[in-house]
Amino acid sequence: MNVSIQNRRSFLKKSAAITIAPGVLLYSISQAHHAEKPVKSTTRWGMLIDTNKCVGDCTGCVDACTEEHNLTEDVPVEIKPTWIRKVTLRDKQTGRESSLPIMCQHCENPPCVDVCPTGASFKRDDGIVIVDRHICIGCRYCMMACPYKARSFVHEALENQKPHSPRGKGTVEACNFCVYRIDTGVGPACVEACETEGHQAIIYGDMNDPDSAINQKLKEVSSSVLRPDLKLNPGIRYQGL
Amino acid sequence: MKNVTFCVIEGKSFAFYGGIIVSVFFILLGLFAAYNMEHHGHIITGMNNQVVWGMPHVFAIFLILAASGVLNVASISSVFRKIFYNPLARLSVLLAITLLIGGLSVLVLDLGRPDRLVIAMTSYNFKSIFAWNIMLYNGFLLVCAVYLWFMMQRSMQRYYPTAGLIAFTWRLILTTGTGSIFGFIVAKEAYQTAIMAPLFIALSLSLGLAIFLLVLLIDCWETNCSLGEGILRRPKKLLGILVAGVFYFVLVYHLTHLYFTGRHGVEYFVLADGGIYTVLFWGGYIFLGTIFPILLLYHERFTKSRLSVASAALLTIIGGISLLYVIIIGGQAYPMEIFPGKEIISSSVLNSPTMYSYIPSIWEIMLGISGIAIAAFLTVAAVRILPFMPRSLADTDIDETFKG
Ligand code: SF4
Ligand code: SF4
Repeated sequence: MNVSIQNRRSFLKKSAAITIAPGVLLYSISQAHHAEKPVKSTTRWGMLIDTNKCVGDCTGCVDACTEEHNLTEDVPVEIKPTWIRKVTLRDKQTGRESSLPIMCQHCENPPCVDVCPTGASFKRDDGIVIVDRHICIGCRYCMMACPYKARSFVHEALENQKPHSPRGKGTVEACNFCVYRIDTGVGPACVEACETEGHQAIIYGDMNDPDSAINQKLKEVSSSVLRPDLKLNPGIRYQGL
Repeated sequence: MKNVTFCVIEGKSFAFYGGIIVSVFFILLGLFAAYNMEHHGHIITGMNNQVVWGMPHVFAIFLILAASGVLNVASISSVFRKIFYNPLARLSVLLAITLLIGGLSVLVLDLGRPDRLVIAMTSYNFKSIFAWNIMLYNGFLLVCAVYLWFMMQRSMQRYYPTAGLIAFTWRLILTTGTGSIFGFIVAKEAYQTAIMAPLFIALSLSLGLAIFLLVLLIDCWETNCSLGEGILRRPKKLLGILVAGVFYFVLVYHLTHLYFTGRHGVEYFVLADGGIYTVLFWGGYIFLGTIFPILLLYHERFTKSRLSVASAALLTIIGGISLLYVIIIGGQAYPMEIFPGKEIISSSVLNSPTMYSYIPSIWEIMLGISGIAIAAFLTVAAVRILPFMPRSLADTDIDETFKG
C-alpha cells in the first residue's frame, strides 16, 4: 500500500509540475495511467459469483457482513450502511431470473479513487479498494462517482465497533474484502457464510495466481462483469448472468 | 472619462443596520445547523446514500458560480476596456470574493468531518478534479485580492490590466473546474456530457450579473446615489443576452441527451415524469427564470422601471437555483443503470426503479442560506469600511460625452 501511494505521489509531482490548466492536466493524467500502476503488484484479489448457485431468498452473505463489521445501526433504509446487498433480476428479453450479491467491485480503475480529493480512497497493491478513515473528510464525491452504488456514508454516531473493522461517523465506507482476514489467510466473511449455507456460490482468491481456484475457474467458464462498457475492470466477476 | 471618486457608505441608515442584523441572524442559524449536523450526524438531513449531495450543495455551487460570474463586470472594464463599467469594477471584485467565501463555507460545513479541513488543504490527490478545485478556489481569492489592491492603490494601477487579465482567465478555469466536478462522474447518465462546462460558464455569467445588478440597485437606493439610465442600460441588456445564452446551452444539453438513445430515460424523467424536478425545470427554470426575466428586460412596458430590472435579476437567480437543483439532485434521484437489460424484481435494500426520494431538511436550508448571509455580511461590512462605491453613478458623471 505504501508503495502505491508513493508511486502516485512521485508521479503526480512530475505531472503537476507540467500542469497549467485542467484541460492539460486531464490529458497528462489520462496518458499517464500506466505509470501509476503499482510496480510490484502481482496479486489481484477477486471473486467469482455463480448466480446459478446463489439462492433467491438466502441472505447469508449479507447477514455475515452485518455481523462481521457490526453494521447494525437501526436507521431508515435510505441511510443504512450497506456493504453488500442481494438483488434478484429478471431478464427483460427472456424472463430468466437470477439472484446475486453485489458489493464494492474493487475496480482496477476505480472512479472513487480518482475523484477522492484527499486520497482517502485508495487501491492497495493487491487490488483491494478501501477508505482510510483517518483521511476521509466525508465529502461523498466517491459515492457520486461509484457506478455500482457500493458505498455508504455513516449518518450517525456509532457504538460498539469491532476493533478489526473501525468505522466512523461522517466518513464513507464500503466492502473492504475483509482485508484483515485476507491478510491473515482467511477468506472474507461472506464467502465463508455462503459455504456454511451450503451454496458455495462465491469463489475468492488471487486472480493472477495460475494455481488458484478462481484463476482456473475463470479460464473454464464464461463470466461477466457489471457495466463492462465503463471499462473499470472490476475484481468481482459473475457467472451465469 | 472623468475621474470617478469612491466613498464608503455612511452606515447610519435603517437599511444598513437591518442588513447587518438580518445577515448575522442567518449566519448564526447556519452555524447552529452545522453544529447539529456535526453533533448528530447527517441523519438529521434529508440526504441519504442515494442522494448524497443535497440542498447545501445547490447553494454552495450557486454561490461559487455566481462568484466567478460577478467578476465579469470588472473584466469588461479592465480587459475589454469599457469605461462605463469602470466605476463598478471594485464592487464586482468585492462580490466575487465574498460570494466565494460564502459558497465555500457552506461546502466545508456540510462535510462529514469539517474538523478535517486541514487534511483537505494539505493532503491532495492530484488526480481528483475536486482537489484541483480546492486549489482553484483558494487561488481565485488571492488573485481577486491582488486585483482589488491594484485597482484601489493609485501607484499600482500600471499593473491593474495585467491583474485583470489573470483574474479573467482564472475565473474561466474555475468555472470549468466546477462544471467538471459533474462532468467527471461516469456513473450518472445525467452528467455525462461535455456541454456541462460551457453550461456552467454561461450560468455563472448570468447569475453573477443578476446578483451584481441586484446589489447595485439596492445599494443606490439605500444611499440615494444617483444611478444613470445609461449605466444601467448596458448590463441590463447583457443580462437578457446571458439568460438566453444559458437557455441555449440547456437546450443543447437536452438535445444531445435525446440524441443518445440510451439516455431517453433520464430525459423523460427531467422533462415529464420527475415530479418536483420536472416542476422545477419547467416552472422554476424555464418560466420564472428564463421567459419572465427576458420579458421584463426587453418589453417596452417594463424595461424602463427599476423595479422590473430588480425583479428580472431576482427571477434569474431563482431560475438558476432551480436549474442547479434539477441538475445536482435530479441527476442523483434518477436511478443508475447497474444491470442494463434487466429489471430488478427484489432487493435486500432500497433499489428504486423509478426515483430516489430526497426531501431537504430545515437544517440544510438553514446552512445553505447562511452562505448567502455570509456573502451579504462581508459585502456590507466591506463597503462600510473601504471606498468601494462610486460617489455618483449619474451618466454624465461617468462619461461627460454621454447623450441620453
Ligand atoms: S465498486 Fe465503487 S467503491 Fe468499489 S472500487 Fe469500484 S467505484 Fe470504487
Ligand atoms: S468521502 Fe472520503 S473517501 Fe469519499 S471522496 Fe470524500 S474524502 Fe474521499
